[in-house]
Amino acid sequence: MASTFLSRLPFRPKPSVIPGFGITLGLSLLWLTLLVLIPLASLFLKSATLGWEPFFNTITAPRVLAALRLSFGAALIAAAINGVLGLLVAWVLVRYDFPGRRLVDALVDIPFALPTAIAGIALTTLWAENGWLGALLAPLGIKVSFTPLGIIVALVFIGLPFVVRTVQPVLQDFDKEVEEAAESLGASSWQIFSKVIWPSIMPATLTGFALAFARALGEYGSVIFIAGNLPMVSEIAPLLIVIKLEEFAYAEATAIAAIMLIASFLLLLAINILQRWSERREQRG
Amino acid sequence: MAGAASTFRGTAKPVERPGAWIGRWLLIALALLFLGMFIVLPLVIVFAEAFRQGWMVYLAALTEPDALSAIWLTLLTAAIVVPCNLIFGLLAAWAIAKFEFRGKSFLVTLIDLPFSVSPVISGLVFVLLFGLQGWFGPWLREHDLKIVFAVPGIVLATMFVTFPFVARELIPMMQEQGTTEEEAAISLGASGWQTFWRVTLPNVRWALLYGVLLCNARAMGEFGAVSVVSGHVRGLTNTMPLHVEILYNEYNFVAAFAVASLLALLAIVTLVAKTVLEWRLSRDIKHKAG
Repeated sequence: MASTFLSRLPFRPKPSVIPGFGITLGLSLLWLTLLVLIPLASLFLKSATLGWEPFFNTITAPRVLAALRLSFGAALIAAAINGVLGLLVAWVLVRYDFPGRRLVDALVDIPFALPTAIAGIALTTLWAENGWLGALLAPLGIKVSFTPLGIIVALVFIGLPFVVRTVQPVLQDFDKEVEEAAESLGASSWQIFSKVIWPSIMPATLTGFALAFARALGEYGSVIFIAGNLPMVSEIAPLLIVIKLEEFAYAEATAIAAIMLIASFLLLLAINILQRWSERREQRG
Repeated sequence: MAGAASTFRGTAKPVERPGAWIGRWLLIALALLFLGMFIVLPLVIVFAEAFRQGWMVYLAALTEPDALSAIWLTLLTAAIVVPCNLIFGLLAAWAIAKFEFRGKSFLVTLIDLPFSVSPVISGLVFVLLFGLQGWFGPWLREHDLKIVFAVPGIVLATMFVTFPFVARELIPMMQEQGTTEEEAAISLGASGWQTFWRVTLPNVRWALLYGVLLCNARAMGEFGAVSVVSGHVRGLTNTMPLHVEILYNEYNFVAAFAVASLLALLAIVTLVAKTVLEWRLSRDIKHKAG
């Protein structure tokens, strides 16, 4: 009786001959609590002490609303672009053999490894009106650097590997026989893709999209150089937090941060559900 | 029978539709164009801009005192943060991968939390705790201690941001290894430490090294979180990415890209090492299976 009760408590292990469970779990939990959980909780505690009305007034101020709208909007567009182009890159890397394929595959991880500030100044220079790529668009009257378009470019850069690396393994495991069966039954290439392949890679693509969106939402380093940072036009929410902090408006900075953090947590939940769905799909297939 | 099967199209070897190669090369070209514009060119332009005025200007930008102190602070931060996260990663992976307990997947989600928090917020939480208006602010001032806008704050924020890296690489690897080898070692009379050093660690060494490399790259390159807690005191609390920002905002582009090129080089080295490690990892797995 007592033992079944104990086994229902969280963090109680099934019996094992391997030693060290208590100490390793205890120290990890301690470290996690001190470094991650207490700091994050302090943000919510602080925003709770603000009172409802100042909190509400802060986050409905026009400048804050504009920043939140821009952050969510740009992240959504960039994640959608990544969803399509990331799928294309994953497809090409898995399905086709061409010279330099392994090098290209390694290059996909560059946005993970390159510090965001470096990506920021490089993209700004590249897409500026006199830059290598910006100069091609300037005659068409399209400006990228120092406009909201630049924000999307930076967020596409940051989010790309998330989609590619989520879709790639699923595409790799996809059973080619199903595809060949569809082909021998007379399906066209497009029919095979949309009716046979897409249903089994859709959960992974959505997961990648959500991961890219979550990352883009909080991104700071690569965006602030290319954005131009005009209030109401090209000022993202994380930058507004920094500006409020520099003005010593801690309460306002905390309120905006609390909204962003809640959005991140909801996204994390959505991603977990998506990943489980994706794994179930794969096992069934 | 075999002859009958081969009369069906696509049973032996899929026969390509006429004209399919056009579609194939079109897709490859599109993907390469996109990657070239968004991934390769940004990397190339860092080095092109850094060497625009030749080697001498490049070297001068790197050996200037403020740049040197930024490099020093970046190395110091990584030297503190990476070992701490390495120890945490090993502890957490041991508990999670070698034992079954309730609440495990929740714990893994908690470890991943810093990944989903905006870098700016990762810095902000430490300002709220240790800043002058923060919870511990008055106490810290009484005792003449400074955490935020000083080196300890930079270390803390970097540690927060890179917290999951080693654990993330180790946990799936150690889970895949299972517990049979450890159980065998223990039943043969090995102590817990001996089992860890002689059995577990050699099995996960490449995943461990990979996690450390990623953690190090992020620790040296972190910008948002560090920017919030640093206070931007030139020569004192500037890391390399922050130094790049200052130079860039002063329109000193060549110097900014010179310092940036060091970090870009670090990223390239990390990726090359990653590719090599992945190759060794798959070879080890094949070796074991064979």
